[in-house]
Amino acid sequence: MNTELIKKFYALLFLIRRTEEEIIRLYPTDIIKSPVHLSIGQEAVSVAVCQALKPLDLVFGTYRGHAMYLAKGGNLRSMIAELYGKISGCAKGKGGSMHLIDLRKGVMGTSAVVGTTIPLAVGYAYALKYKNRNDIVACFFGDGAVDEGDFHEALNFAALKKLPVLFVCENNFYAIHSHHLSRHHSDNICERAKSYGMPAMRIKDGDIFKIYKAASRYMEKIRKGSGPAFIECITCRWKEHVGPGDDFHLGYRKKEEVACWKHNDPLDKMRVLLDDKARGLIESKIEKEIEAAFLFAQKDSFPGKNELLKDLFDD
Amino acid sequence: MIKGAMRILSYPQAIKEAIDQEMSRDHSVILLGQGVDDPKGTLGTTKGLAEKFGRERVFDTPLSEDGMTGVAIGAALARLRPIHVHIRMDFLLLAMNQIVNMAAKMRYMFGATLSVPLVIRAIIGKSWGQGPQHSQSLYPLLMNIPGLKIVAPVTPYDAKGCMIQSIRDNNPVIFMEHRLLYYQKGYVAQKPYLVPLGKARILARGPDITLVGVSSMVIECLRAREYLRETGVRAEVIDLLSLSPLDADTVIKSALKTGNLLVIDNAWLPCAAGAEIIARLCEKNLSRKIKFARMGFAFVPCPTTPSLEKEFYPNAERIAIRAFQMLFPRKKPWEPKNKKNRPEEVLFKGPF
Repeated sequence: MNTELIKKFYALLFLIRRTEEEIIRLYPTDIIKSPVHLSIGQEAVSVAVCQALKPLDLVFGTYRGHAMYLAKGGNLRSMIAELYGKISGCAKGKGGSMHLIDLRKGVMGTSAVVGTTIPLAVGYAYALKYKNRNDIVACFFGDGAVDEGDFHEALNFAALKKLPVLFVCENNFYAIHSHHLSRHHSDNICERAKSYGMPAMRIKDGDIFKIYKAASRYMEKIRKGSGPAFIECITCRWKEHVGPGDDFHLGYRKKEEVACWKHNDPLDKMRVLLDDKARGLIESKIEKEIEAAFLFAQKDSFPGKNELLKDLFDD
Repeated sequence: MIKGAMRILSYPQAIKEAIDQEMSRDHSVILLGQGVDDPKGTLGTTKGLAEKFGRERVFDTPLSEDGMTGVAIGAALARLRPIHVHIRMDFLLLAMNQIVNMAAKMRYMFGATLSVPLVIRAIIGKSWGQGPQHSQSLYPLLMNIPGLKIVAPVTPYDAKGCMIQSIRDNNPVIFMEHRLLYYQKGYVAQKPYLVPLGKARILARGPDITLVGVSSMVIECLRAREYLRETGVRAEVIDLLSLSPLDADTVIKSALKTGNLLVIDNAWLPCAAGAEIIARLCEKNLSRKIKFARMGFAFVPCPTTPSLEKEFYPNAERIAIRAFQMLFPRKKPWEPKNKKNRPEEVLFKGPF
């Protein structure tokens, strides 16, 4: 593996992890007055897939979207300001953590209703094909979205029209606290995707290089007009479904389930591949960025009353 | 009215002409929906467009109302202008998630960074046994949602102008068509023109009572006006045209002039247009100056059998009788003598 790629992986993994750790540190002060669904533990999926994308490619994602937003290059200050409900937030505070957007970086808005952005990603891909553009769409969602009609309707249409979209299922096995197998007859998400007419593969161990390779390979084909492809990445949400804490006291999953993923943390794996100097440079730069972003958000203003009725229509 | 060559067109011809002209003008306009490219072409409104503009621009969809609404929204985010067709408005219930949670909200919840230029055509059924699930007119549900525009043009002229305006609008527009309005014919300008969304239209002037109709009920109001002439009553008839935004001002201004307001919804009464207009009137402390009432569907699912179906809907005779009662509560009840035909109900033999 080339060092530049490892550096990029490490920088993004570190950025996402440290940003969310700051959110966790500040959350008890109630400065972020809205729900946060942390990506911690699942960062490698977004980082690997987004690194395989080109700058003009687009991503659609979910309310657990911090990792995807940052991995695709979304502006950190706008994100933190959005979490703080401030006017310089990426959605002027009207969206919050669950509705992050940065069009300049191809980050399309994330949604709080499970599965809803999957057909949007497919529709966007339809437009790209219609316009003979070579860009592609990566569509992120969790295993919970597989339960939704929109998932099946969108996969069917994407395959029917051979659209340039890579579906990325981040399977952490839980929809809030309901296990995948309490909601489905079989653990066969990839088989379902294949049945709609697209190649699909499962990556079981969260290995960032495997995800990157698989995504890159599929993207190359998609860009040549092969139609959609599907990757299921088994992963693990370290924190509770929503909020900054752990949730082992609830008893729906065992500590050991998460512990093995923590031993297998991609951030640690990248860290040992870098020399101290390179790592130190990356870390200090990112720490400064994060500090500046939170300070910026802190100082920024809340939207004034005049903002309430603005932005409903584009007239 | 627009000057220039006017011809008589039917309602579906007017809609098709609007779509055809916009698709010719703007490559970003696409048309999708179940059966839009089939031999019948959505009751003629999309017939031949697939051949003319190609199957990338005009395409049939799977029976996936919510998913395909999401696909249309996604295409709109990429600056296409999709028109999504539903042959019955009842099917919009399958797409409510994408319409309400996504299309209506996206511009606001993303701080005006994007827009969703999308037209959703919804045809309302009536008559010849459309029954409970092919006759619903669900605009009261949608009027409660900020971020949607809702129009229900009645004349072929407005059908064309509203359609062009809806396509050019940068927001989601629910475009309601009534199946029985498909038999309407009227003058339509050849050239493209715009009818603004959000403005009611006064179709007939009169000093005595204001009759406000929604969609096909406007035709019933015009017929009721003719009946009322027998009694010397001259009614003003307003086509509400837009349900959201709702032009209550035009209605209230007229009602202040006539002193009497009867709103006829093409829907069940709770939380519908009549309820909203009358609430606004009361909020303006005009309830003593204006006598008001509303009519609408009987509060049951629409029955299929003709003997009950005719009781389910308001019609011109009942509207006229109700108006007469409002104006002359102490006079002995009156009924129109020579009942008029409803040609559309004779012409419509289903199935769609």
